[in-house]
Amino acid sequence: MRFCMVLILMLVLLGGCRKSEENSSAAAPGPESLEPVKGDTLLMGSIGDASNLLPVLASDASSSDINGLVYNGLVRYDKELKFEGELAESWEISEDNLTFTFHLRKGVKWHDGAPFTSADVLFTYELLIDPKTPTAYAERYLQVASAEAPDPYTFVVRYEKPLASALISWGFAVHPRHLLEGVEITQSPLSRSPVGTGPYRFAQWLPGEKVVLESNPDYFEGEPNLRRIVYRIIPDESTMFLELKAGGLDYMGLSPLQFDRMSDSESFRKKFNKYRYPAFAYTYLGYNLRNPLFEDRRVRQALGHAIDKQELIEGVLLGLGQEATGPYKPGTWSHNPDVKRYAFDPVKAKALLAEAGWVDTDDDGLLDKDGRPFAFTIVTNQGNDQRIKTGEIIQIRLKDIGIEVKLRVIEWASFLKEFINPGNFEATILGWTVPIDPDGYNVWHSSKTGPGELNFVGFANAEVDELLEKGRRSLDLEQRRAYYYRFQEILAEEQPYNFLYVPETLPVVSSRFRGIEVAPAGIMHNLIDWYVPLGLQKYAR
Amino acid sequence: MPDPYNTMTEMAASGGGNQFWTALRRNRMAMAGAAIVAFMSLLALLAPVLGQSPEYIDVSLQLSAPNAQHWFGTDDLGRDVLARILYGARISLLVGFVAVGIATLIGIVLGALAGYYGGIVDGLIMRFVDIMLCFPSFFLILAVIAFLEPSIWNIMVIIGLTGWMGVARLVRAEFLSLREREFVQAVRVIGASDARIIFRHLLPNALSPVLVSATLGVGGAILTESALSFLGIGVQPPTPSWGNMLIVGKQTLGEAWWLSVFPGFAILITVLGYNLLGEGIRDALDPRLKD
Amino acid sequence: MLRFLIRRLLMMIPLMLGITLISFVVIHLAPGEPTDMQTQLNPETGVELRERLRAQYDLDKPLLVQYGSWLGRLVQLDFGKSFSQDHRPVGEKVLERLPITIGINLLSIAVILLVSVPIGILSATKQNSGFDRLTTVFVFIGFATPSFWLALLLMDVLGVRLGVLPISGIKSMGHEYLGPLEQWLDTLRHLILPVFVSAFGGVAGFSRYMRSNMLEVVRQDYILTARAKGLGERAVIYRHALRNALLPVITILGLSVPGLIGGSVIFETIFAIPGMGKLFYDGVMMRDYPLIMGILVIGAFLTLVGNLLADLGYALADPRIRNA
Repeated sequence: MRFCMVLILMLVLLGGCRKSEENSSAAAPGPESLEPVKGDTLLMGSIGDASNLLPVLASDASSSDINGLVYNGLVRYDKELKFEGELAESWEISEDNLTFTFHLRKGVKWHDGAPFTSADVLFTYELLIDPKTPTAYAERYLQVASAEAPDPYTFVVRYEKPLASALISWGFAVHPRHLLEGVEITQSPLSRSPVGTGPYRFAQWLPGEKVVLESNPDYFEGEPNLRRIVYRIIPDESTMFLELKAGGLDYMGLSPLQFDRMSDSESFRKKFNKYRYPAFAYTYLGYNLRNPLFEDRRVRQALGHAIDKQELIEGVLLGLGQEATGPYKPGTWSHNPDVKRYAFDPVKAKALLAEAGWVDTDDDGLLDKDGRPFAFTIVTNQGNDQRIKTGEIIQIRLKDIGIEVKLRVIEWASFLKEFINPGNFEATILGWTVPIDPDGYNVWHSSKTGPGELNFVGFANAEVDELLEKGRRSLDLEQRRAYYYRFQEILAEEQPYNFLYVPETLPVVSSRFRGIEVAPAGIMHNLIDWYVPLGLQKYAR
Repeated sequence: MPDPYNTMTEMAASGGGNQFWTALRRNRMAMAGAAIVAFMSLLALLAPVLGQSPEYIDVSLQLSAPNAQHWFGTDDLGRDVLARILYGARISLLVGFVAVGIATLIGIVLGALAGYYGGIVDGLIMRFVDIMLCFPSFFLILAVIAFLEPSIWNIMVIIGLTGWMGVARLVRAEFLSLREREFVQAVRVIGASDARIIFRHLLPNALSPVLVSATLGVGGAILTESALSFLGIGVQPPTPSWGNMLIVGKQTLGEAWWLSVFPGFAILITVLGYNLLGEGIRDALDPRLKD
Repeated sequence: MLRFLIRRLLMMIPLMLGITLISFVVIHLAPGEPTDMQTQLNPETGVELRERLRAQYDLDKPLLVQYGSWLGRLVQLDFGKSFSQDHRPVGEKVLERLPITIGINLLSIAVILLVSVPIGILSATKQNSGFDRLTTVFVFIGFATPSFWLALLLMDVLGVRLGVLPISGIKSMGHEYLGPLEQWLDTLRHLILPVFVSAFGGVAGFSRYMRSNMLEVVRQDYILTARAKGLGERAVIYRHALRNALLPVITILGLSVPGLIGGSVIFETIFAIPGMGKLFYDGVMMRDYPLIMGILVIGAFLTLVGNLLADLGYALADPRIRNA
């Protein structure tokens, strides 16, 4: 048939083209200066468009990335994840841990030239707690008893009870009072063209297309080297990868497949540097503890033994991840590495299940108890491939020990509204991002099990409640570490979640960028120091 | 299962007789199409006999190129691609048939009623068509998937329920001009019933554009499923469909060619087969085309 | 004719009311709420924020009251403000995406017509010839290829391996520094792949309709008459047959009017084009009710106008229907 010939021709063409790739790849190594120089543009790929460039109104990742470069907070985490001052030069915490006094940097200017003062900080605080502001961040600031700005460079807050995450909450972007006061916040033009104090100034936003930032020559830490940062919005990850290979992007986050299998060629390695480090996130299988099926701890422990986490890491992440044992990132101060682990052991899993009364009495290959077979449904959300694959593997492994698992993949909005919020599920595969402060009160405290709250698996443990209370009210690191270590031991024993894996963040950056430094905080912490040697600069304007 | 081709060929046979089959058999492209359709259906039927398990996971084998063990290679979880293509054929073919069957039946009935009776009936039906056309079918699909489970049956039904308007308009347009023709006037004078006029005299003559649209429709439904898979709202894993297999292929484009080439070609060839067959039927059905 | 027109225009009012009411109810009944999307699974959010947002968006009022106030604004051509985090007017969000969507759609319809009308005519006049068969298979391959797959293959070959065409987006970096003519050329270069891929899929439908209409028409009595009169084959085909064969194409064209602003989310996602399809898809996914309603209303209006135009065109071309 004729179309076969057309297809064969197409294949020949494809094959022919593959060869030409190797010839065209050589990036000429130009004369390099070792001194960082100014200039050039960094093109970053972003899956989604930003939604709002007023940080108080935005909660999506794209907006946060951009806002992080445009605005500053009073404090921030440094590359080692320790506190350092940003707009605050220094700060004091009173003996009783209730009063925080920030001494602000002098001479800082907003991008429009107006001076930055403590009035801006006070205004930001008032904005956050204003009931008319539709912000996702009010909760922590509602715990503030009083805030004042006694002089232009001092800002004082008082709390009624000590709050461990109080300090980092002042890392929130400070908004310009002189542009926002008296304006209805949702109608402010600043949400489309922000004015901050940060290293990059807003230049242009073409919705759905790109956001352009330009270096701030007056930045208080010095003008950044890269003259321009462009976020290109490319919603499809395959397109983004092609765009990267064609030179239309300098930076993107790779998928494990792209990292492990699709970026191994000589030419790719010449043009790009790949980085990998554990993400601040983990994926878990959460059991609805209100369901009689998962009431017995032995059953949850058995499921822990029945699922091969290593297989998940190989299959889903191609080895680019590590086992999770609890809700914290391995290697951070709050992470307890010595909690009980559940080795992959189907025999032990079956024994534990038998102990709990689940045996295959009718030889249909399925475990049963009181005439009811062991079967349940795992729900997860659409659009997250890794979670779906995780579910597929778990389904097969549990089938091996006689448990029938159905997998339901549901569109995000209805997933939340119909399944997670009302607690209407048996088990779910989801992920959490791990905040740097270990306060897990909202996710694990028994008071947070109501509809729409985050402890949707219904975990309730008196000791954990107490540990979480103490943990969030103490500012002593050693003390907190002890609380959270114990908290992790209990979680590991109780298995309300099967903590599955911690994936890796897999950024790739064009090799013309220098000065990149991998640290516990990732690679973006010193973006203002990145540079391109003169001979390699690609964009003159 | 409603099968548009059976319905149509029966109707045609009642008018045209055996000439239809002779004409069809003489059409080489139609026969090629029929061969493809038959072959794919056979594969789908025999999937459990021919293939390995489509759901068996062996991570150590992930992304292996085609080899003696796995003729079409393995996917990102080490599952046999051939087996998944075979089982996927069941899903994809079923989606095509059921969706188009529903769409064509509704379209023909409403279009015929509107075109034949005209007046108020026509006005009401066409306004209904207008309303339906005003909803992007994708929106309806999404609404249904949100309400119900994104199961394969719901996907088929909703593709069908949102795809009949074009058929209805085509049938109506044909009827509008056909009913003014001399032969219809003649039958009416003889005193034939409305039903008889519609089904015996008008419909067979109005079918050709419907057939073209139905054949394109079977392929269209298979493609719609793959498009829904692209958005993550098609047939859901672990059930293999050609659409969701192709998505894995897309993610590994340039690395694991077998993951995009095999499901891609399965879709391409099957859709092509349906269209060639449908074209052939159209030519064979049309009494005026016999030279 | 004028009465027909006025009657149809008046009919559009109750139709629009019906359509908007149905859509309004359907999208509000669909599971999930915009507030869930903004507050959920965010460890820092309290439950009270959701209630606050619900009140701000009037979601705590009865459905019909919400519909009433929405309709009240719509009459003043105010589509309301988006429920997404940017809180922008819906009209503004739609307007900034319309030009590119309409532009691409017009281009691809033009390409489709330019290619498929000649193909349809030629394969009808040379039925069962080699040309007929070849084009049949070719246009069906175009139809049968999943578009996102084809798009990625072409992007890989032409964009990455050969480097002759841009991969995604509608403008190059530094577009703003180019001269006006270069800007046009730059955008045009970006549009080649998207327009080609969307046209490739659409040629099949049009050319097949064209062919089958043509086949039918050339066997009609009046064509026989024309031939019998001794008219040349060209004159018969192009003066008499073509006009009638184009009739159903008018219907199809009328049907594609709402498609002009509809856009395709898949295309726009793959090619990173900020168009209407992606806007609508994201709106549905985020349960951005005012945005969904706004786009549905505009789409519904254009659909009705398109249908009207199709019927008018039909009536103009076929006198028999005019009085029906």
